[in-house]
Amino acid sequence: MTEIKRRTLLRSGAGVAAAGVLSAPMVHAQGTGGTLRCGFWDHWVPNGNVVMRELCAEWGRANRVDVQMDTVTSNGNQILLTINAQAQSRTGYDIMSFPTWEPSNHQRMLEPVDDVMRNLTQKYGAVNPAAEYLGKPAGTWVAIPAVAGTQLKPACVRFDLMQQHAGIDIRAMWPAKNERGPGADQWNWETFAKAAEACHKAGFSFGLPMGSFTDAVDWVGALFGSYGAFLMDEKGAVTVRNNAKLRAAVEMCARISRFLPNDVWAWDDGGNNRALISGRSALIFNPPSAWAVAKRDAPQVAANCWTVPMPAGPEGRYSAYLPFFWGIWNFSRSKGAAKAFLEWLSDRAQAERQTNGSNGYDIPPFTSMSDFKVWETEGPPVGSVYNYPVRAHHNARTSIAMAPAPAAMAVQMYNQGLNTKLIARIVQGGESVDQALGWVERELNTIRRGG
Amino acid sequence: MAADASTAPIMPSAPNSGRASSLQRLARRRSTIAVLMTIPLLVVLIGLVAYPAGYGIYLSTLNRRMTGFMEGEWLPNGLGNFEILFESETFWAVAWQSCIFAISAVILKALVGFWLAHMLHHIPAKGQRKWRGMLLVPWVIPPALSTLGWWWMFDPAYSSINWLFQVVGIPQVPWLGEKWWARLSIIIVNVWYGAPFFMIMYLAALKSVPEQLYEAAAIDGATSWQRLRYVTLPMMANIISITVLFSLIVTFANYDIVRVLTNGGPRDLTHVFASYAFQVGILSGNIPRGAAVSLFMFPILAICAFFVLRGVTRRNKEQM
Repeated sequence: MTEIKRRTLLRSGAGVAAAGVLSAPMVHAQGTGGTLRCGFWDHWVPNGNVVMRELCAEWGRANRVDVQMDTVTSNGNQILLTINAQAQSRTGYDIMSFPTWEPSNHQRMLEPVDDVMRNLTQKYGAVNPAAEYLGKPAGTWVAIPAVAGTQLKPACVRFDLMQQHAGIDIRAMWPAKNERGPGADQWNWETFAKAAEACHKAGFSFGLPMGSFTDAVDWVGALFGSYGAFLMDEKGAVTVRNNAKLRAAVEMCARISRFLPNDVWAWDDGGNNRALISGRSALIFNPPSAWAVAKRDAPQVAANCWTVPMPAGPEGRYSAYLPFFWGIWNFSRSKGAAKAFLEWLSDRAQAERQTNGSNGYDIPPFTSMSDFKVWETEGPPVGSVYNYPVRAHHNARTSIAMAPAPAAMAVQMYNQGLNTKLIARIVQGGESVDQALGWVERELNTIRRGG
Repeated sequence: MAADASTAPIMPSAPNSGRASSLQRLARRRSTIAVLMTIPLLVVLIGLVAYPAGYGIYLSTLNRRMTGFMEGEWLPNGLGNFEILFESETFWAVAWQSCIFAISAVILKALVGFWLAHMLHHIPAKGQRKWRGMLLVPWVIPPALSTLGWWWMFDPAYSSINWLFQVVGIPQVPWLGEKWWARLSIIIVNVWYGAPFFMIMYLAALKSVPEQLYEAAAIDGATSWQRLRYVTLPMMANIISITVLFSLIVTFANYDIVRVLTNGGPRDLTHVFASYAFQVGILSGNIPRGAAVSLFMFPILAICAFFVLRGVTRRNKEQM
């Protein structure tokens, strides 16, 4: 019989223990399912973060996962700096909120989420086209269109001033129900330009920014889209020369710009909000945040506000859209849990809680979710934001400025505000339309080189 | 016997360990000690200056996806980003604006600082400290914060300055919305922020000018202008040069004032290199091209530094 020595026994025991450790599934402390670190966008609406924390805790409890949530502000571009730092260092959160263009910027570092999106679209139908353009840059979903932070920028109209100075009963035109009112078919840029002129003459100019911040680029982008006017096609070819639709859009935008306050060229994203809240403006393009602040600071202004879709152009109605995305870094060690959590977060019940928590600000990416109760009940006046989400009777599509250019180039065009600068060169700089179009063509060729 | 220039005084060592004693001798050499003592500085310089600069240069040679070198058409591969910038109207507008901004702001800061230093210099010592403290306040406040205060004063819709203008019947000014007014606004804020630095440097220089020189000039019948021209300015020439160079570097690289006040607008006419590099690199997701923009400051500042430092060296030699 072989004698088992003490040393042999210890050696065998150590081997068994090591094999057990190496082959065992990852078991985390106290039987939990691990840790999920999330960097979510710091919501403008304070209650938005509260709801997100509740959702994190709820899912974490149910799935025995320690969901740790930080909020990262977009003030001072902090969220962009955080994303870029994490991408460079390949370390950071598991789940990150990505502003509009960042999924395509970091697509090579993001975990594909086609499986999650397949499940969600089976349940809720198609995602709106602008979200698909941004989140699926090379035929693969690299991030999930988020509810929290995603916004539309329809027209927030002072219906009293619009009625008084432009003769348009905007509430009758776009009532708080799923139907168009009288005159809705005439709600186009031509009508809009005439109303802008009338309100300007009356001292209540429309508050439309024309700088290089997002509010400016977005509304001009929607106007261009509704004329079928695009600076670059989906293959990256510059489409400026001999483009009659672009010229028509530019002329219309320049015409409207002449009836705006003379300092709109320097407005930031708060300029239009201030114009509305101060009672100086009859119309702005913005999510309901300006109206929400007015409810607190200038209730007499808020009580006369009504949200309606953007005007239509010859090629249809485009609604300016600025989404956030939820993405999973490919260096994450909790990809499975992250996918499960994001799918749960995108489900209708959770989406509605996020939208309710933000007083209707957050827009879910699925058209089938444009019937949340909050948009009917928010007020005063009740029904003011009924037409904030894109509804079927609007006959509108979401738009992101600079689409359909390849996202890698569109992001550069967007952040450099090429569409607003084009108009500024004509209206403020005194250039002819041809000169300004020549300039934008040269800039686009510069962007094209190097991708 | 005088100590050897390259070694510290040699202490008696243990006789039984040859290797240890040679290590001890090496450790006692002054050059070894000097190298050891400079290591922390070298680490800082390499880690915080050389590496970021080198990495910045490397980044500028890459394509947008950072998967390879950026191809050039008439410049070698790797310099494609610079080639694109050379051909961009916006970039040249930014370069032009950066020069206008930096040169005019530095000149104004130097003049205002010189004037303030002179005023302070002639205040009796007792009251001088109080004024000095008050005049340094703009320089002490973080610029992003103070610029926000200025932005509120220039704000397109609610400018307090315009409100005052309205009260006294002066037409309102589009401070941030019109090309030259916007340029002037960022220069005003930069001068307000930076002039105290010049003031304190010039004040120190003024205090070091020997009083006897002024007395001699007075005996020779020199006017106050001649005293300034032939006594004060030559004595302060070096400190003026160094201060101007230092400020030129900082002003060229300024970011926060432009970012907060105008974000480069209207029509990119107030962008400086740093704000444009941020827009191209971080906001637009083209980090290599952003790095190329920011590297353009380097040759301009290197030329300025060369001429200014050469002047300082020449003056020092003349005085020796």
